[in-house]
Amino acid sequence: MSDSVAPPKETFRLSMLLYDSRYRGITIQFVVLVLVLLALGWLARNAAVNLAALGKPLRFDFLGDTASYDINQRLIEYTSTDSHGRAVLVGLLNTLLVAFMGCAAATILGVIGGVLRLSSNWLVSRLVALYVEIFRNVPVLLWIFVCMFTLTAIAPAPRAFRGDTPEASMLLWDSMAVTNRGIYIPEPLFSRPLGDLNLGVFNVSIELIVLLAVLAGSLFAMKWNNARANRIQTETGDRPNTMWMNIAIVIIPFLLVLIALGFHIGKPELKGFNFKGGINMSAPLIGLWLGLTLYTTTYIIEAVRSGIQAVSKGQSEAAFALGLRPGRTMSLVILPQALRVIIPQLISQYLNLTKNSSLAVAIGYMDLVSTLGGVTLNQTGREMEAILMLMAIYLTISLTISGTMNWYNNRVKLVER
Amino acid sequence: MSDLAIERKIDRSKMEVSDEVAIQINDMNKWYGTFHVLRDINLTVNKGERIVIAGPSGSGKSTMIRCINRLEEHQAGDIIVDGIELTNDLKNIDKIRSEVGMCFQHFNLFPHLTILENCTLAPIWVRKTPKKEAIETAMHFLEKVKIPDQANKYPGQLSGGQQQRVAIARSLCMKPRIMLFDEPTSALDPEMIKEVLDTMIELAEEGMTMLCVTHEMGFARQVANRVIFMDQGQIVEQNEPEEFFNNPKSERTKLFLSQILGH
Ligand SMILES: Nc1ncnc2c1ncn2[C@@H]1O[C@H](COP(=O)(O)OP(=O)(O)OP(=O)(O)O)[C@@H](O)[C@H]1O
Ligand SMILES: [Mg+2]
Repeated sequence: MSDSVAPPKETFRLSMLLYDSRYRGITIQFVVLVLVLLALGWLARNAAVNLAALGKPLRFDFLGDTASYDINQRLIEYTSTDSHGRAVLVGLLNTLLVAFMGCAAATILGVIGGVLRLSSNWLVSRLVALYVEIFRNVPVLLWIFVCMFTLTAIAPAPRAFRGDTPEASMLLWDSMAVTNRGIYIPEPLFSRPLGDLNLGVFNVSIELIVLLAVLAGSLFAMKWNNARANRIQTETGDRPNTMWMNIAIVIIPFLLVLIALGFHIGKPELKGFNFKGGINMSAPLIGLWLGLTLYTTTYIIEAVRSGIQAVSKGQSEAAFALGLRPGRTMSLVILPQALRVIIPQLISQYLNLTKNSSLAVAIGYMDLVSTLGGVTLNQTGREMEAILMLMAIYLTISLTISGTMNWYNNRVKLVER
Repeated sequence: MSDLAIERKIDRSKMEVSDEVAIQINDMNKWYGTFHVLRDINLTVNKGERIVIAGPSGSGKSTMIRCINRLEEHQAGDIIVDGIELTNDLKNIDKIRSEVGMCFQHFNLFPHLTILENCTLAPIWVRKTPKKEAIETAMHFLEKVKIPDQANKYPGQLSGGQQQRVAIARSLCMKPRIMLFDEPTSALDPEMIKEVLDTMIELAEEGMTMLCVTHEMGFARQVANRVIFMDQGQIVEQNEPEEFFNNPKSERTKLFLSQILGH
């Protein structure tokens, strides 16, 4: 084919913009874009003019005013004398916290559930099916209420832990307490602390940074170790067992740093009528987290199941016929193909969970909507600004999630003709 | 199906049937639930034999050859492959599966792997062949099936006939002693059928033991040394191709042949 003729030259005519299949799509997109921008501009101008007429021009300086309300569940320092801006940041971090915890838990439970759903054990697969049907057919808000009220109604009050013969006792060697005010878990403490790094907006403990750096270094070393194993496999055919070495690479440096920093666990302890020390995960956080997780898990179970089922039976048969064992068949043949069905569904479930986390407002968890769209909005009366900011922030979070996942999806995509 | 135009002369010099037994099936029975799919199957296949299995749809042809590498489990009787008895023992199943290659009607290539990776996957993970060597072997067999230049493409980018030849090469990379084919050409256009049959004929010429479920009667006549006719889960008749086509004994065989040869 090397001596084939070059494709014929073409002259460009203006009418081709409309009638040539190559240009038509671009022309249409361009026209639509211009129309949308015009419409948006018109809306924005109208809004600005009308707000100015009302005496409320679009201004964001209210974010600097004193918030004067309390937030009990927070990841960074905050008091009621701080600004609205900082309150919004606390709310945003709370949203990210519950979204992250929810996505992580729902993914783990969903993958396990999805595989169990396909189990040949009739009872197991039926039970998972029952769970899916019950939890996804009731609004998530109700599950959040159920989880929240179960915790506050059934769990004992902190005072029940008092006295010589307490009515309630702590769990896991007295390190964890489940109370109607939330769950108290142990906190990591360092007897030789390195202090905090001031990032301007909030402080980050240097111990955390050091630990993350060590972990990153270990993961890098692990990658190198795996590459070495691959090389040896390429040359000799035998893959050296990397598991123990990898475990050592990750755990030993981490442990050494922990010892050097004087790591110990601070257990929550009962002082007076409440627990002191440890980390308090408030009842609304737990309720919201459990509710969102239990609900979203059902969809991930279905995603994983459909992903595995979408890979035709012929694939595992071909792998078996070549002598591959079921475990290897799953990891080398089935899962890589199932991922392309699972991931798009995972993206939309992560997005749903993140957006559903705004139901926090119903049980008093101070997330982004409860702070910016709730107390701050009511105190300052800045509806337009607050709503615009909320939309912009949620849009940013969602686009970040779907952007990351799409990038991953493109990496595992199948090449078609 | 027309008698296929196999134009070239077939080299029979290495197509010898030895006395050694490759596959021995004794009184094998299989049920799907209460449905009795295979009834009292008795079959001995010697090394180097080329066997074509024919029969109407639903007669149990696929099920029978899938029992040989344990893609289906039989409930009664024994199957002995290359001296290894097929039981629930995982070790035996592994051994037999790496001795027996199989090609499917729908190719079943792994779409997420390149042609080359399809061919090296099992040698690397099952046979523990060094990757370099596995690649050399794979290229050797890809050349044999005449598609070495497609090695780095993905299955989705190949024609059906090319895909089936890759599937054959993929099986051959495990250096099997026995090859099973389940209607390897029935999803293909006539032009592609020919290229796949050519590949299979070459295999036969090298003395491979082959069991083929196929409706290609031309292939059966010219390559097989025995044709087996199955109906309703039983082996009804088996004979040399000439006898089978010219002098079918049972009524069912006659009926089947008259339908399939279209007279
Ligand atoms: N997994 C299964 N469960 C129940 N019955 C099955 C199963 N697989 C096959 N059968 C039945 O067993 C019988 C034999 O099927 P088999 O696939 O072996 O037929 P075949 O001779 O290969 O037919 P074809 O020429 O159409 O491929 C058919 O009646 C089929 O319906
Ligand atoms: Mg069949």
